[in-house]
Amino acid sequence: MSPGPTPSTDDTSPSGGVDELAALAIAARDGDRDAFEELVRRTTNSTYTLALRLTNNEEDARDVVQETYLRAYRGLKNYRGDAAFTTWLYRICANCSSTFLTTRGRHRHSDFADVERQSEASELKDQVADALAELPPRLRAVIVLRDVYDLPHDAIAAELGISVSAAKVRLHRARHKLRTQIFPELDEIDVRAM
Amino acid sequence: MSVRCDELAYRLAEVADGSHTLPLAHQRHVSQCLRCQAELVQYRKLLRAMRALRTEVLEPAPGLVSDVLAHIEAVGERTAIRSLITNHRAAYLGGLAAATAAGAAGAILVASRKSRGRVRLAS
Repeated sequence: MSPGPTPSTDDTSPSGGVDELAALAIAARDGDRDAFEELVRRTTNSTYTLALRLTNNEEDARDVVQETYLRAYRGLKNYRGDAAFTTWLYRICANCSSTFLTTRGRHRHSDFADVERQSEASELKDQVADALAELPPRLRAVIVLRDVYDLPHDAIAAELGISVSAAKVRLHRARHKLRTQIFPELDEIDVRAM
Repeated sequence: MSVRCDELAYRLAEVADGSHTLPLAHQRHVSQCLRCQAELVQYRKLLRAMRALRTEVLEPAPGLVSDVLAHIEAVGERTAIRSLITNHRAAYLGGLAAATAAGAAGAILVASRKSRGRVRLAS
């Protein structure tokens, strides 16, 4: 299992490297194998992070990452460079995770949640990470892709194989579950007293 | 919980993420309802915390990059071998077809020569 969150060190951070990634992706698309290897090196950690957040299991996340890059490699000819490379990659990763979780069809033990829980969840961010890990996979996928990775509703729906309205309903349920889990006191308030 | 709070429950998260603006009547309700205000604040906090997760990167156990590249290499090789076998098979079938066509053409040629010889003898 991973040692836990670390500060962003790869080029997928919002602060920079996006243009470089797009240039590498275009070079890779045009047959530059070294460019593809460099792309993998620069984006593996962030892709792994997304896969781990979606699958909740380190071993599964590694399998999803391998499949993601294989599909990306095969699909590079379709990459036009009009969207950020990471957004394109995250969509593939979301699709791979969804397929993986559906075909595997059983709920694996979540080592991610356990390790996260070992540390005191003192900060809200840690509490959110814990609560996300405990959500059912279909709700978790939607909220992670929308609220953590900022993917649009239609992209999420397309990659998960559901309708846009189903994606919105799942998002609402996931947010509600998360909120009531993290802030349970509000639902215990007797509103008649207010 | 009042009916108005129930009506708003679905919308407050969307208000918090900026994708929805409440109609004036609902805005008035929120400005007077501590429960809805608290819920809105909680959704804002939640969304901020989730956005903060975006910048976190979890380190995989060592070797993932080489695993990824090896996997692509292995699948690439399998595909290459498969296409090689397919090409060989196509070449073999092509050769067989060419040989059959040549044989048939030869047979037609011999037959036509024989029939021409017979015509000459008869004349």
